[in-house]
Amino acid sequence: MLKPVTLVTPVTASAPGDDVAPVLKAEVKALDFYYGSFHALKGVNMPVYDRKVTSLIGPSGCGKSTLLRCFNRMHDLYPGNRYAGGGIVLQPDNTNLLSDDVDPIEVRMRISMVFQKPNPFPKTIFENVAYSLRVRGMRNKSELEDRVQSALKGAALWNEVKDRLGELGANLSGGQQQRLCIARALASDPELILFDEPTSALDPIATASIEELVMELKERVSILIVTHNMQQAARISDYAGYMYMGELIEFGVTDQIFIKPQKKATEDYITGRFG
Amino acid sequence: MLKAPDLQAIRQIIARAKRWDMLFSVLGILSLMVGVLSFCVLFADMAIKGVPRLEWEFFTSFPSRRAANAGILSAWVGTVLVMMVTALAAVPVGIAAGVYLEEYAPKNWVTGLIEINITNLAGVPSIVYGLLALGLFVYQFGLGQSILSAGLTLALLILPVVIVATREAIRAIPQMIREGSYACGATTWQTVRDHILPYSSAGILTGVIIGMARAIGETAPIITIGALTFIAFLPPAPFAGDPPAGMFDWLFAPFTVMPIQMFNWTSRPEAAFTVNAAAAGFVLVFMTLAMNGLAIYLRYRLRKNIKW
Repeated sequence: MLKPVTLVTPVTASAPGDDVAPVLKAEVKALDFYYGSFHALKGVNMPVYDRKVTSLIGPSGCGKSTLLRCFNRMHDLYPGNRYAGGGIVLQPDNTNLLSDDVDPIEVRMRISMVFQKPNPFPKTIFENVAYSLRVRGMRNKSELEDRVQSALKGAALWNEVKDRLGELGANLSGGQQQRLCIARALASDPELILFDEPTSALDPIATASIEELVMELKERVSILIVTHNMQQAARISDYAGYMYMGELIEFGVTDQIFIKPQKKATEDYITGRFG
Repeated sequence: MLKAPDLQAIRQIIARAKRWDMLFSVLGILSLMVGVLSFCVLFADMAIKGVPRLEWEFFTSFPSRRAANAGILSAWVGTVLVMMVTALAAVPVGIAAGVYLEEYAPKNWVTGLIEINITNLAGVPSIVYGLLALGLFVYQFGLGQSILSAGLTLALLILPVVIVATREAIRAIPQMIREGSYACGATTWQTVRDHILPYSSAGILTGVIIGMARAIGETAPIITIGALTFIAFLPPAPFAGDPPAGMFDWLFAPFTVMPIQMFNWTSRPEAAFTVNAAAAGFVLVFMTLAMNGLAIYLRYRLRKNIKW
């Protein structure tokens, strides 16, 4: 059951250079989460805005990936994980994603995910992207082809692979594989895409292309990204949250978090005095 | 001034350590030879005795009181039919059980107990399976001393092998592939059907064939359930009788298999029958090796397209 909670509203609600007030896409409310007996998330409150990039930063083990994986109920795959209170409310339909009544598969059909290490299936490039459509029951060949093509274009991979759609995904370079995974996440037209340190296994050039892509994608989809790389958070996100020991210490417009953090702990981490 | 290293001492230490390397590799080669050579000697002895006997008639004749006329027709046909039943029963059941244990079963003490017992089952002597089958299939279910009873008995015998091979093949699939599938919105069944089974098929197939290669040489459980030792007719051809009931007549036919034919011949006093037994043994070993060869080839073929 979701207890009614009052949300801590961020200090500044609009991104710089953006006069329109941002629309709420999802809201984490007083979320508690346990791995067995380990209290991994402690009363986290955080908004995610529609068609903005929201980044989560913080030292290893602070709970940022744990929070991200709550959004598509990945924790449900393993025994011993427990959502212990609060929830994540997805808009516009006001659904609590963590409610027992909500099927995790329904959540994953609305919110897709890109992982830390590129994980293409050992199938062809085409079938990798088509898979998220096939699980949705799409069988029509020409429709599949259209959607795969537009997803690959959306992931800035089409020009590199259009003549080799029948090759194995594993034959691509690391950066291409990660863009293939982004295309797979994009093909189903999700409302929100989760990125779990998507560039930590990539070289700087591939990283730059993924970052550019993320910024293009926010035109059409909300993005929540976990990153170890603070420059990356500063470069690509509109909003940023700093987490430490399972708590969200500070959340706000990225520029403000990086230039004028309100909390001493955030400032220490960002300036490299800690972490 | 550079300090001169005591090269002499270092080299002595290395030389001493390397003697152990040398010693172990010699021991290793000797141990390996025990296995390889004894198989080669046995196989060569059988081949020298038996191969001259391998004419076309040997494969197309029934057993006979005259050694020179006797053949293995009913034995190899029986073996092929029994193996068919074994595969049809053990493969789907074994794979389903393995997939259930890996992908569906909750990880608790009940599953743990089942897992331990499956491993133990693989070590149960085959004659025990024969006794079980005699009571259960032959009498309780009234299947008689038939191809069906024998096939099901051997299926029980290799079921643990198939289950363990399936589980090991499934465990080799990285967790990130599963997570990728679930993140796309797949159900557990879709994940199993589209990812787990295709990516583990090489390992599963290898396990199935190795299990079958074990079953093909089993004699004790087949004797226990009452295979005939002298049989001069063939079972009806599979699926050829009048449908629907007649199609399955072959399942209930009496039969013999290769190892039993061999056993029968080796217990005869005449030397000519020993030659027949050697020839049949050669065919049986060849069948087993061919199955193992097929397993290696299929594993190579199927794994070529799987890279993580």
